[in-house]
Amino acid sequence: MAWVNAIIQGILTGGLYALFACGLSLMFGVMKVVNLAYGDLAVVAGYIGVGVIAATHMPFLWAIPIVVVIMAALGYVLQRTLLQAALRRGELITLIVTFGLSIVIENGLLQFFSANGKGLGVNQSFVTASFSIGSQITIAWLDVIIFALAVVVLLGLQYYLSSTKYGRLIRAVADDREAAQLSGADYRHVFGIAAAIAFGTVALAGMAYGTTTVLYPTTGTDTILLIAFATVVIGGLGSLWGTLLGGIVLGVAQQVGAQINISYELLAGYLIFLVVLIVRPQGLTARRIQS
Amino acid sequence: MSEPVNGARHSNASPILEVRDLVVHHGQLRALSGISLQVFPGEVYAIIGANGAGKSTLLRTIAGLHHPTGGSIVYDGKDVTGLRPEKRATAGIGMVPEGRRLFPSLTLEENLKVGATFARKGPWTFDRVYEMFPWMKDRREQRTAQMSGGEQQSVAIGRALVANPRVLMLDELSLGLAPVIVQRIYGMLPQILESGVTVLLVEQDVSQALRVATHLQCLLEGHTTLEGRPADVTAEQVEAAYFGMAGSAEAERALHASPDEGSES
Amino acid sequence: MSAVTDATVRSGGDVRVTRSRRNVAWTGIGALVVVAIFAYLPYVVYAGTTGILVQAFIVLTLASMWNLLAGYAGLVSVGQQAFLGLGAYFVLIPNMHGVSAFAALPIAAIGAGIVAIPLWWLVSRLRTGYFAIATWVLATAIMLLIERFQSIGGGTGMSLSGLDWANKALLSAATYWAGLAVTVLAIGTVYFLLRGRLGLVLTAIRDDETAARSSGARVGLARMLVFVVAAIGCGAAGGVLAIQQLQVVPGTSGGVFSVQWTAYMAFATIIGGLGTIEGPIVGTIVYMVLKQTLQSYNAWYLIILGLVAIAITLFARRGLWGLLDEKFNIKLFPVGYYLWAPGESRRRRRNGTASPETPAKASVTS
Repeated sequence: MAWVNAIIQGILTGGLYALFACGLSLMFGVMKVVNLAYGDLAVVAGYIGVGVIAATHMPFLWAIPIVVVIMAALGYVLQRTLLQAALRRGELITLIVTFGLSIVIENGLLQFFSANGKGLGVNQSFVTASFSIGSQITIAWLDVIIFALAVVVLLGLQYYLSSTKYGRLIRAVADDREAAQLSGADYRHVFGIAAAIAFGTVALAGMAYGTTTVLYPTTGTDTILLIAFATVVIGGLGSLWGTLLGGIVLGVAQQVGAQINISYELLAGYLIFLVVLIVRPQGLTARRIQS
Repeated sequence: MSEPVNGARHSNASPILEVRDLVVHHGQLRALSGISLQVFPGEVYAIIGANGAGKSTLLRTIAGLHHPTGGSIVYDGKDVTGLRPEKRATAGIGMVPEGRRLFPSLTLEENLKVGATFARKGPWTFDRVYEMFPWMKDRREQRTAQMSGGEQQSVAIGRALVANPRVLMLDELSLGLAPVIVQRIYGMLPQILESGVTVLLVEQDVSQALRVATHLQCLLEGHTTLEGRPADVTAEQVEAAYFGMAGSAEAERALHASPDEGSES
Repeated sequence: MSAVTDATVRSGGDVRVTRSRRNVAWTGIGALVVVAIFAYLPYVVYAGTTGILVQAFIVLTLASMWNLLAGYAGLVSVGQQAFLGLGAYFVLIPNMHGVSAFAALPIAAIGAGIVAIPLWWLVSRLRTGYFAIATWVLATAIMLLIERFQSIGGGTGMSLSGLDWANKALLSAATYWAGLAVTVLAIGTVYFLLRGRLGLVLTAIRDDETAARSSGARVGLARMLVFVVAAIGCGAAGGVLAIQQLQVVPGTSGGVFSVQWTAYMAFATIIGGLGTIEGPIVGTIVYMVLKQTLQSYNAWYLIILGLVAIAITLFARRGLWGLLDEKFNIKLFPVGYYLWAPGESRRRRRNGTASPETPAKASVTS
């Protein structure tokens, strides 16, 4: 029965992972940018959340949309300035710049907030509340809520991309930037919108994650970055539901690994990531082959 | 031979699009060396030339996808040389790029919708495009990647038209298409012209170009070797200009062809 | 067309090829003098200073390797700390079985190089962005694997044995000389590699990979060689680090597998000049100066280093050395070539039209 619990846990965690990954999928798929600072953005969102709550004493749930909006705005600005400048100069430069950004963010957080983690001060009982199916399966409500949130976000994103004007433009620019320009689209603005959306979702993911664990300055690169990339790669770039699948696969792999030996949890995830990267880099739902 | 829709070139009307002494480089290679042209409203202006002559470079530079190293582009009396490509598009310079360049992950109708996103006001609506290409109505939801070359070309033209351009640039329409299809597509030109659009096209198929053009310019290795009305140039002159038989009498005459000269040599 | 081309066409090729420095011999002697001076230092300075210099040597070696990877082979690796760590452990393990830590250094270097070969097979087909992520994942995975073995210290690390010498000054001097030797070997290897065929192949790849392949250049082999050499260099540096710290501690912050090492080597390289051999030297100097000045403000120097690196990457791609090079046209490590037409001498060239230099000079193209 422990195994069943583990698998269910893994599936639910997959929702959170998908939430982390969809923003990355957007940035990677549209702008072709490998943003090495991506994980740190989630941590920044968490810290902003802590700050907002501390300053205004508003309930946690109210703080979420505020943080999302702040991060989205930040995303647009960062994309139009730093990231666009790096993108113009090539993939190599973009990698280096985002790596630098990651180091600066992490050490900035370390410097100004010390190495202690920040929790999002959510009511503990809310976190540990759970329900049971039968006598041996326990599921935490929080995990279910986060999974549901992930599904809602994915649905929303899918609707946005398929049915709205800017969603279409984002897809068009991702397909063929020049052709989109010929149709009157300023791709820099479209990129900015995509980045804003990505940052918004990562903020959501960061806040959600922050309710389950404490966020440290280095959590971004220690944990989140690899989770996000692994999920995107396993699930396949270019498919939103692929990221959910990827998240679930990763989550389940980790929980299964943990069942074998508690310290195998992280390792199991990395190994599966490596295997997919080498054997089938286009992921499980390959639509476009990334050569 | 088609006739110009109006006598704009010979009245005192001003050109809708003008290129002055354009110099364009690809890295260190000079692709265009001081090209000039004037396109008047209602014309079908054809640019011909062999591969590498610089034809597509010229169109791409006019569209704004490439920066010239010298010279200027004037549209509707305004210098647009420094304008970003999307601004030129919204100003009324439309282009059907070489190779169609449809959005592969979008459906036919979505491709048109993107084209219409920043459309100007004008006669071209989705309905009118579907009238011109009736087969599209039933295949709106289909991904364009699975369509034939001719169908893709039509979608690309439709995408450019729904933006209601004033000048429509067509880059190598015939590329990779069977002659029958090419003829059919070029057969749409009169409808396009009727709606008040001026056409500037680049074509490798010289006879096709001669059939539809009201004015002609031939490029060779970045230089203009011929310019004039199809009615005023001979096949020999075109051939000489196309292949660059420098010093030949035909080439000399071609360079200075004007409407007053007789068409028979 | 210049006189050079005409002459070549007419005489049918008796073209001389020389190096871009007038007298490489002078540079060679200069280098030896510099090394000799450095070797003498432990006799005249305190152990504290040599300790700082050892840190500099480690970063300089790492930076030279990262530069080789990213600046010449176009491989941006954010997982080089894997080889640093492996080098440290490959000193620890023999040491645990009675081998002197110093004697284990070559083992560490070669061991890291050997491990690099299967790792290369894993990541070689990946494109830039995926490659970077994969190297990071590999480094973390390797760390997690090693931490599982309690016998070599598990997650907390283990001390080296045989290094509690009575003469502390001698120990620091020995550590210093080890570091100096590794650095000299590292830079020397990079220089000689790039001087030779590998340098040409790498430049050709960078300019146009397809053309390089079709003219026979063994692209994959060249890149693999670079990857393995970089691993060896980082492994050796890791060994020196272990000796200097007298212990090997894994872990993601401050340990040998910390990504911070990649940050140091990347930033030092970039600030000094990506794609130039001299760059890492300049960059390491900047890094050390910053570190000493901001000593007590732990995270600050990484913040500043990072910001400066970002700025330089965007605005002065060839770094500080690149700026100097452009102004004064100095090359400490000449790897370029001049073509001389038959009969042409330096004086004739100075008076006539300059012929094009065909340098294997590296610049990062994007």
